[in-house]
Parts: sequence; C-alpha cells; structure tokens
Amino acid sequence: MKDFIIPWENGTGIQDETDRGTPAKSGKPVTLTIDGMEITVPAGTSVMRAASELGIQVPKLCATDSLEAFGSCRLCAVEIEGRRGTPASCTTPVHAGMKVHTQTDKLRKLRKGVMELYISDHPLDCLTCSANGDCELQDMAGAVGLRGVRYEAPKAGGLANHFEARNTSGEVNPEWLPKDDSNPYFTYDASKCIVCNRCVRACEEVQGTFALTIEGRGFDSRVAVGAENFLASDCVSCGACVQACPTATLQEKSVIEMGTPDRSVVTTCAYCGVGCSFKAEMQGDQLVRMVPYKNGKANRGHSCVKGRFAYGYATHQDRILNPMIRDTVDQPWREVSWEEALSFAAKKLVGLQQKYGQKSIGVITSSRCTNEETYLVQKLTRAVFGNNNTDTCARVCHSPTGYGLGQTFGTSAGTQDFDSVEHSDVVMVIGANPTDGHPVFASRLRKRLREGAKLIVVDPRRIDLLETPHMGEAHHLALKPGTNVAVVSAIGHVIVTEGLFDQTFIAERCDLDAWEDFKAFISDPRHAPEETEALTGVPAQTLREAARAFANGGNGAIYYGLGVTEHSQGSTTVMGIANLAMMTGNIGRTGVGVNPLRGQNNVQGSCDMGSFPHELPGYRHVKMPEVRKIFEDTWGVEIDPEPGLRIPNMLDAAVDGTFKGLYCQGEDILQSDPDTKHVAAGLAAMECVIVHDLFLNETANYAHVFLPGSSFLEKEGTFTNAERRINRVRKVMAPKNGYEDWEVTQLLANAVLKETGGKAWTYTHPAEIMAEIAATTPSFAGVDYAVLEEKGSVQWPCNEAHPDGTPLMHVDGFVRGKGRFIVTEYIATAEKSGPRFPLLLTTGRILSQYNVGAQTRRTENSVWHDQDVLEIHPHDAENRGLRDGDWVRLASRSGETSLRAKITDRVSPGVVYTTFHHPDTQANVITTDYSDWATNCPEYKVTAVQVSPSNGPSDWQERYNAQAEQSRRIEAAE
Amino acid sequence: MTDEKMVLMANQIASFFGTQPGGDQAAGVAAHLKDFWEPRMIAQLKDYLAGGGANLNPLVVEAGESL
Ligand code: SF4
Ligand code: SF4
Ligand code: SF4
Ligand code: FES
Repeated sequence: MKDFIIPWENGTGIQDETDRGTPAKSGKPVTLTIDGMEITVPAGTSVMRAASELGIQVPKLCATDSLEAFGSCRLCAVEIEGRRGTPASCTTPVHAGMKVHTQTDKLRKLRKGVMELYISDHPLDCLTCSANGDCELQDMAGAVGLRGVRYEAPKAGGLANHFEARNTSGEVNPEWLPKDDSNPYFTYDASKCIVCNRCVRACEEVQGTFALTIEGRGFDSRVAVGAENFLASDCVSCGACVQACPTATLQEKSVIEMGTPDRSVVTTCAYCGVGCSFKAEMQGDQLVRMVPYKNGKANRGHSCVKGRFAYGYATHQDRILNPMIRDTVDQPWREVSWEEALSFAAKKLVGLQQKYGQKSIGVITSSRCTNEETYLVQKLTRAVFGNNNTDTCARVCHSPTGYGLGQTFGTSAGTQDFDSVEHSDVVMVIGANPTDGHPVFASRLRKRLREGAKLIVVDPRRIDLLETPHMGEAHHLALKPGTNVAVVSAIGHVIVTEGLFDQTFIAERCDLDAWEDFKAFISDPRHAPEETEALTGVPAQTLREAARAFANGGNGAIYYGLGVTEHSQGSTTVMGIANLAMMTGNIGRTGVGVNPLRGQNNVQGSCDMGSFPHELPGYRHVKMPEVRKIFEDTWGVEIDPEPGLRIPNMLDAAVDGTFKGLYCQGEDILQSDPDTKHVAAGLAAMECVIVHDLFLNETANYAHVFLPGSSFLEKEGTFTNAERRINRVRKVMAPKNGYEDWEVTQLLANAVLKETGGKAWTYTHPAEIMAEIAATTPSFAGVDYAVLEEKGSVQWPCNEAHPDGTPLMHVDGFVRGKGRFIVTEYIATAEKSGPRFPLLLTTGRILSQYNVGAQTRRTENSVWHDQDVLEIHPHDAENRGLRDGDWVRLASRSGETSLRAKITDRVSPGVVYTTFHHPDTQANVITTDYSDWATNCPEYKVTAVQVSPSNGPSDWQERYNAQAEQSRRIEAAE
Repeated sequence: MTDEKMVLMANQIASFFGTQPGGDQAAGVAAHLKDFWEPRMIAQLKDYLAGGGANLNPLVVEAGESL
C-alpha cells in the first residue's frame, strides 16, 4: 500500500460562514455603489447583504441570513443618496445605480441611540452571562461605540424593566419572569430578551412548527410559547430558535454549564438518512454543543432534536470500553485485552469453518457505521472468510428499493437532492412520516407546502405532515395496511384511463412494449378505485382527486419510506411508484423524482459498499466474472460466485445447524428484526457471535465476544445520505475504546489471517480505504478525501463523466437506457386478520427516539417518549373496554407483549400502531417472519393482532428481562 | 428453514412472475432464485422438488428444472 500524505489531517472542514443578514436571492444582476465601492448582486438582494458581500458588515440585531428580514431593530439604518430618511438596510432591496452610505455621523448617532434603548432594559451582567463572547447584543454595543446609557433607572424605582426580579424596596417586579428550563437542552431567560423576533421567525420559517409568538405590544411584548412552558408546548426542540437568538435568552444548557467553545469541526449527524452537517463545537476534547452547519447541503443550517442535542449517549456510563469474552452465553462476561479477545474470536471462527465449512460464518454490516467501515466488513467475509455471507440492516428497510428501482430505472439511487423539493408543486408522501423520521427534510417540505405546493399522503395513519400550519390543498388516502399496491395501481389506473399521462415523455424515454403491456394491464376495470375501495378502504372519489392532482399539478415528486418497503409486496410497490413517476413524466429534472427516505444515517452507503450477499460494491452481482475480477485482482483472493445468506436466511440456517458464527457490527438484530423468538433461536444456535457495538445491546445477550465500538465523534470516515451525498465524518476526540471501528475490523481480519496464514491488511487511514473503493467502483471513481475537503460533499455517481457529482439522476436517459414499466398486480399478504386476530398492527417511529433507541434512550430525549404505547381507535377501544393509559395485551400468532394504550382517531378503526424504541416492549415479538417476495425485507407493517386488557408486563417480557439481566453480568476484575 | 417457509417464499416469487406478461415466467422465477437464493436454499428446494414438491406453484416446479 502506498504511503498517503494527508494534508487535510488537521482540516476542520469549515468554509466561509459569514452572516450576511438576509437570505441569498436569485434575480437578474443589479449594480450599485456602497461606501464608494461598486458591487453587482441578484435583484431582490437587500442592501445589507450587498454590503456584506463587499466586506462591510452593517450593524444589525433582528436580521440573520437564515430568516427573511423583519426590520424591527432599526440598527441597520443606512443613508441612500436621493432618498429621505434612514431606511433599514435589511428590508431595503437594491436598485441599479443606488448609492448607499453605511457610516455617517447621523447614522452613528442614530445607532447609538437605538443601542442605548436596548441596553437600558438589559441586565449588565455580561461578565457572568452564559453568552459572554457569543452575544450579538454585546458585539453591536461594541460596533456602534456605545459608552454609556442615559436612561438609568432612578434609585427610588419607577423605570420599568424586565430584568430585575425585585425592585430596590424588595417588591416583586411584575414584568420579570423566572427562567424556563423545562426543556432538557436549553433555557429561556426572558430577562435577556430584546424581542427581536428571530426565534419566532426561526420556528416558523426554518422549522415550520409555529410554536412561538410575540405576545403584547411595545414595552409589554414578549416571546410566548402558548403553554405553561417550552416542554408543555408544541415545541419539538429542534433548537432553531436557540441558534437564531442573538442573546443569552435562548441558550443551550451545555454552554451555560461549560462556557463557550474554542474550536469547531464539521461532521455529519449519525442518526437519520437526511445526513445533516454539523459543527461539533469543542473545548479541548469535550463536546460543548452541536450547531447545524450553514454550508451543509442536506440541511442548510437546520437540524432536529436528535442531531443537535441527543449526543449524550457517546459519553454515557453504559458504554463498554474493554473487549470481553465468554465461552457460553450463560456465563458472565470476562474483560480481556484486545489481543486475547481477537485471538479468541479468530480461533473460534477458523475452527467453525474447518468443522462446518467455509459458508458456516458471516457478517452483518452496519448502516450506522461509515462507508469505509462497512466496506471493510464485507471485505472481511468476501476476502478473508471466502464467502458472500454479508448483509445489513438495510435488508429490513430499503432492500425492496434496490430491487424495484433497479428493475424499472436501472439503479436503486434516489433521483433528487433535497434542494429539489423547493421546486415541487405536488408532493406525494407514501408510507413515510417525515416530521418524525426525517425531520429536517420535513421542515424543508413544509416550507414548500406553505408556499402552495399540494400534498398527497398515502398512509394508514394521519401523520403530522397533514397538520402542517398554513398549508394549502392536502389529500389523505388512509389505506388499510397491506394494500399499497392496490392503491398505487388505482392511482395509475385513473391517470391512464383519464388520459392524464405524459405521452411525449413515455415515447422518448421509456420502453414502449413494456408501456403497452402495462397500459393494457392498468386500464383493466379491476384497478378502478371504485373496485378497490372495499379492499383498500380509500374512497374512490378521494383517490381520483389525488390522482388528478398528482398528474395535473406541475412538478410532481414522490417521497416514500418503510411503509412502502416493509411489506410482502414491498418491491412491487416500489415498481408501482416508479411507474407513476414515468407515466407522468416526473423524472430527470429538478422538483420531481422518486425519493426513498432512508432510515439510518448510512443506509445508502452501506448498500453502496457491497453489504448485500449478492452484490459487490457498486451494486454489481457476484455472478459477473468481470466484476469479481476487479476485486480478485485488488484483494488477491478468489471470490465466491454464488450469492450468500441474507439476515433471515442466516438465522434459518443457524436453526438448521449450518450457520455457526457471526460478526455483527453496530446492529441490534435481536431488537430490530422481526419475530424476536426466531431471531433469538437463531442466535442461540450459533457457536460464535461477535458483537461490535457501543453498548451491550440485546443481541449481545447471545454473544461470545464483545468488541467495544467508537462513536461517530471518535472516527474519520464518510456517511452517504438519502440523496447519495457523501459527507465527511471527522474525529473530534480520541476513541474512548482505543480504536476507531475500521481499525477493530482490521484487527479482527488480521487475527483471522494470522490463523490462516494470509497476508495482513495494512490500512492506516480511512482515506486509503476510500481510495480502494474509488479504484474498484466506477460510481465512486472521482471520490477522495481531498475532493470532499474542497467541495464539502459530493453526490455519487462522481467520476470522470460527473466530476462534481450528480444531484439529479436520469437527466438525459435512464441508467438502464429506456425506463421500464412493470405490471404490478396486487397480491394480498398471507398475513390476514381473522376472528382470532381481528386488528392490523403497523409500526413506526417518533421524533425524539431513534430506532431501537440504544442511543436516544441514553439521552434526555426520553422526556418526550419514555415508553412505547399502542395507538388504538376509540371505537376499537370501546369494544374492548379499554381506557386511555390502560395496560393492554397485544398478541399475534408469533407472540405477545404488553404495553399501554393510547386512544386516538389518528389510526382508523381496525388498525393499531406502535413504535419499537424500547426493549421492554419488544414490539417485534409480535411481528411475523413474512417478508417481501423479492428481497426478504420483513413485513413489519402488517401483523394481524388482538388487543385485550391486561394487568402489566407479560410473563414473556419478565422472563426476557431476567435473561437479559443475567447475560449482561460482567465478572469483577481480579 | 422449514419447508413450509421455503414453499411460501418460492410461491411468493412465482406469484409475482406469474402476473408478468410474456411467456418466460418460469425463466423469471429461475433467474430470481439463482440471483438471490444461497446454494443451501436452492439445495433445499431441489430436495423438496425431488420429494414431490407439494404445494409449490407450478412455475416454481418448472423453474426447478433449470436450477
Ligand atoms: S426549539 Fe424549534 S420547535 Fe421549539 S420553539 Fe424553538 S424553533 Fe420552535
Ligand atoms: S428570545 Fe432571543 S431571538 Fe427571541 S426575541 Fe428574545 S432575543 Fe430575540
Ligand atoms: S436525525 Fe436526521 S434530521 Fe435530525 S439532525 Fe440528524 S440527520 Fe438531521
Ligand atoms: S437588522 Fe435591520 S432592522 Fe434589525
């Protein structure tokens, strides 16, 4: 391996972040003069922003460039030749030939006066204030040269203020409010508020929640949350207001406690597939706060509660920092050295292969780990174990996307970037709950809905997006779980039979034979919404209106999630979605497209990196000799041409006794995979389970080797988000366990290679792994760390043909050549409700918790969701004599569990809903082992269940907890 | 894997290809099985077919001949 010189080793990734006061505009060029200097900017730009581009920062308080100008503080006044008065530069747009002066005696005086008024109602405790050094009010006092305040309160009292709790005679000041520290992550200290309205606008414009208002007028005006406090309000704790606040009024508790940070490093959120960029703001190796990075192209300076605040798990006391081993899972864990653990694991794995054959062991890669880490894990099985037994949790989420889009378009890639939604006119959201699952994308979508885009939601549940404040037309197709294909086909039927399809696009871009077949199929009256209504529960008229809105509405974009894929017909629905986009010509330009919302931060990347058992990196089937050759030459080994086992197949084979050893990186299959009892039986049947994770997760209950993992703050690498954007992950602190995760995989590989006499791996930095990926995988050919440093991020394909990456797919033609329509017949799932199990259970997740909750449950996010509850319609609840909050027993043919009921009409009668964030609930004890026909993606979204009153946790839950407790014991060191 | 589960999975695949236009439906099933099923699973299917292949969709039976 050649030596790498890594000039960006100390790179922080930070590029220009100047606050230009008002947002960028895109009009025609306009030239004006400011303080004698000429500048050309797009029409619509404010004078303030134009000045800033010249390097002149006009003093400001109420303006910031993430928000539209408001014009309330008057500090930004300027003089314009030929105009009277002193207009606010933030609200004044540029004009051609305008001559602006930002500094005159008149302006100086005016600004001082403004500042004096502000400061007269502000406590002068700057030295001990939590925003000291990070306060725009302080900065502006300096900038305008404020040297004194004439309006001093008379000693005897009388001048009203907001900041003294009591006056000098000890009477309570009615204007004063105590701090609101109900939110676990930030405080609201009204005494420091300058009523600039930035928080209110941030909550509206950036987040779209509208939790804040300004109450009262003039001196009495103040920020109000419309509830007793922040925690009790509609606030979703995204932190946009905290970031926008120029003072210490809204302030992170971590800053109050620790002080201001001294350095920042750009990195990427490790939670969801939006892939928000953040600045990790540090003091030494201590993380003070995470601030969404303004130049992050996925999030444009916004974030949700998880990425911004829920990082405490990284330093949680539950983290395991030393390797541990045991011979059998009923023994307590024994802490050992890395050498001992690795050699113990390697000997076992090699022994198993000798005894049970080459294909008796395998790996599971993680969608939470970096691309480089994932690449190494699949390489471990392919190059070191000599088989293709690799899979990833994407199996249980988006594998049908890979199959369905691959068949229709020729690639599994989502077609757009997130910016695209700003140009959509009608947005169809199918089986996704973006406000909870992909919050920053939801904020961007909501902004577009407020601007007038239409919304179509296809979901059994009334999701929050349907309650977007100030949006226009919305359609909700509340289908019965399991009938996606019927609904999507019915939409297609309406579009085709009413002649609303895009003939030109189809003729130019699609395979015409396939289209004719499809057209004949879909036109059949059995797909008419009137016919399918009884089956799907969606009224025909509602469906027709939605179909027309989509076909006639201009730019139509489809976003979908696991409510599409996690079904026995998941792949078929994905094809149906692709059909809809093709027939309406909504592919290949901005504002349209088919966009899978990926669940975890690196689901996209883990699939790209060859985690699937039938595909080498870059989605190339292992059967293709020319592809195998590339890797055989690079790795110096022969590659198995047969597909390996998928996760459910591994578990089946384990129960059958032919699959014996597993290296599982950063996944908790026992909690996240369906039919827990079957997963447990599979794991229990294995002789060597290696869990590599931050915590002793549920899977580790069945493990023999535990290798401690590193958090995303502790490693170098890249994540690829749902837009195919490759973002850098940067190390801001040393790994607490001693090694970055890619190093652990390399150590394990080398321990095995030592046993087998193979040549050791010698990577010294993830950049070298990326170089190998680029050299072997055409769509990554142009990706390297220097490019990422320079551009911030790129969207694959990034190669000679697309040196800057590819924001939009299929622009001039489909990847497969012609787009292929596929016939999508509805076939009912084998999972049916009946007399024993009359209700259909569907599952999902909520904003504050993340998947199995291993991370978020170890943060204060649990104040919002401390247990999973079962949503049930009032009608079904009444039939069963249930009251809100009652313990209920939830049973399916797979198993049963107990949890509390929440009565709500968000779900339709006949449907119940729960989340799977808490291990005590074990929602997956209930889910079955049915799966998608093409990919084995489990059918999480439909399980026939019965609900009945209960007294508390089931026996199974209690037994499970006892067993888990037992298997988590760690032997005290001698 | 239990035979029951295998039959269900194979039949699911056949149900999809059974709805596709054209005369190569069994070939579609066979290709899908070869691309996605691990040799152990294929072997189990072949054994099962040899034992009569009860409850298998005819397309699976046909596909089985080319596996
Ligand atoms: S944290 Fe977010 S949701 Fe809450 S008030 Fe602030 S901007 Fe609004
Ligand atoms: S809380 Fe902060 S952002 Fe909101 S009005 Fe007060 S000073 Fe401005
Ligand atoms: S969880 Fe998703 S939306 Fe929230 S900050 Fe992280 S990447 Fe962004
Ligand atoms: S910054 Fe322009 S009026 Fe406040």
